[in-house]
Amino acid sequence: MKRSFAVGLALLGICAAVAVVALGTGDYPISPAGVLRTLVGQGNPATEYIVIDLRLPRVLTALAVGAAFGASGAIFQSLTRNPLGSPDVIGFTAGASVGALIMIILVGGGLLEIASGAVLGGALAAAAVYLLAYRRGSQGYRLVIIGVAVQALLTAMTTYLLARANIFDSQRAALWIMGSLNARGWAHAAVAGGALALLLPVVLALHRRTLVLEMGDETARSLGVSVERVRLALIATAVALAAVGTACAGPIAFVALAAPQLARRLTRATGPNPLPSAAMGAALLLASDLLAQRALAPTQLPVGVVTAALGGAYLIWLLGWRRTAA
Amino acid sequence: MTATAAGVPATSVRSRPALAWGLVAAGAALVAAALLSIAVGSKSIPIGTVFDALLHYDARIDDHVVVHDLRVPRTLLGLVVGAGLGLAGALIQALTRNPLADPGILGINEGAALGVLVAIGIAGLTSPWAYVWFAFAGAAASAALVYAIGARGREGASPVRLVLAGIAFTYVLHAIGRAILLTDSATFDRWRNWMVGSLASADPGVIVGVLPFMVIGTAIALGLTPSLNALALGEEAGQALGVHRGQTRVLGAVAVTLLCGSATAAAGPITFVGLMVPYAARMITGPDYRWLVPYSLVLAPILLLVADVLGRVVTRPGEVGVGVVTAVIGAPLLVVLVRRRGRLPRL
Repeated sequence: MKRSFAVGLALLGICAAVAVVALGTGDYPISPAGVLRTLVGQGNPATEYIVIDLRLPRVLTALAVGAAFGASGAIFQSLTRNPLGSPDVIGFTAGASVGALIMIILVGGGLLEIASGAVLGGALAAAAVYLLAYRRGSQGYRLVIIGVAVQALLTAMTTYLLARANIFDSQRAALWIMGSLNARGWAHAAVAGGALALLLPVVLALHRRTLVLEMGDETARSLGVSVERVRLALIATAVALAAVGTACAGPIAFVALAAPQLARRLTRATGPNPLPSAAMGAALLLASDLLAQRALAPTQLPVGVVTAALGGAYLIWLLGWRRTAA
Repeated sequence: MTATAAGVPATSVRSRPALAWGLVAAGAALVAAALLSIAVGSKSIPIGTVFDALLHYDARIDDHVVVHDLRVPRTLLGLVVGAGLGLAGALIQALTRNPLADPGILGINEGAALGVLVAIGIAGLTSPWAYVWFAFAGAAASAALVYAIGARGREGASPVRLVLAGIAFTYVLHAIGRAILLTDSATFDRWRNWMVGSLASADPGVIVGVLPFMVIGTAIALGLTPSLNALALGEEAGQALGVHRGQTRVLGAVAVTLLCGSATAAAGPITFVGLMVPYAARMITGPDYRWLVPYSLVLAPILLLVADVLGRVVTRPGEVGVGVVTAVIGAPLLVVLVRRRGRLPRL
């Protein structure tokens, strides 16, 4: 517990450091000292505009979305008792894309409609993958391959929807499904941050019962935990967290898969670790976004491209060198 | 056609004449699919006019021009690419003895695609003769790497493990390819459709450019079939039959690289054809690769052409790429195969 706490603090420190670098990086570079001065209200109007109005909302959105994905992944992995059972592997994010696209193209709605479409689509896809993979317990490898098959179907549906949309909707949708933090304003930061502030306490409140749940249903029942209700509450929370992230930044791959596992390696704790995972997710996504902006500058990559490349490499490493983990 | 010896499962042995007639029937179906692909599209052309245009071409008639300039190249591309992917799928399933193997799922097509993008986006090459070599390099490198990753660990390259390695590798390659495309918006627009697999931009130059490599790959594949049978019997039986395993593997890998590299260079990374076609062929022919490989060669272009026609019809007047349609048909098969009871059998 002590170690988890220390790891969480260290990760938050890293987040803060990367945030300062990210706030200073761009077409108009600002030194870290300058960034800090601006943040406490001692900057000049130019740096104030760049840091507070342009770059800060993006950084805050990245942190909140990364934290949401990280916590959601930790809960999903604990629920499926499978280190690969993260929302992107089990099809949640691909389903969320289709749901959001249906809203953008067929219904035509704003942020709220897109978000609810994403939640519904994601939940349906995740349920489908989990049910298809379930056979005397859901085996790790099978879950991944069925997830890929369902994702192939959903991607086909995405392409179909894009093909029959008009050019304006199609461009908007194409940008959305890449998973990007470009042009995120204070509205996005407020939605993501507000939802996180609501959902993380729920995760904390459920934490003790989640620990008991991991000991197995029988044990949990005998300890007086109503297994089904806790599980339902956990699923709802995890889906909501993933949905918030997807609604604010699009379907960003692999943060939810990698963050809980990396956090666990650091904390060396058994059992679910939603808070360190959230901190790890925030750090990962912010660092990836920084990389996405600077790697091929002046071209701005969508952050989803960077996380997919890093996450795929991580999965290869997991397969080849850490047999026990998967 | 279903003459089977008593007591032998219907899928394992059929008489030679039955199989030969079946192959002829499949060839007839292929001709029908090709005619369908020429006749159907955003503008449907009566089949009589199609024959007219093929036999007595007249540049003053609009329908003839459509057939001659658009539909025929597209259909030829479908034939070439389909045959290549089907053969590559049959070969790679035999070489890895893995029923889940598919050049798309294993990341080989994605590797070839990345090679093409590097050639065009970074090296600035535009001739198919030049960039097809990059496709070969990409296909060969990713095949080797996926096999190396999948083969690590005690149990070696088990079917599911190999597929998982391919999936992970595909994510990385796809992300790099997208990053290259995004740095160059002109290339992006042209290659966006190609990235999901499409026959729409059929260019006679590309077909001519990849055809020689396809022919060589096909010849190697057909010549290897007796050795593939021996390989399927296992290590010792194969040696006893005098088959050189290392040589078979290397030649097979060369053929897969040639076939996947040229198919992808021409039509983009298309997945699931190499999974579905050998599976269907095996249901007809049983495990004998001397029949399975030729059947795959004929059945795969049928699948690809029909899928392409479907892609043209569902969103008329727009269209979806053929890779999207093959994914819709092929993904459920992958689910079924993975859900099979117990461990997946080695081929």
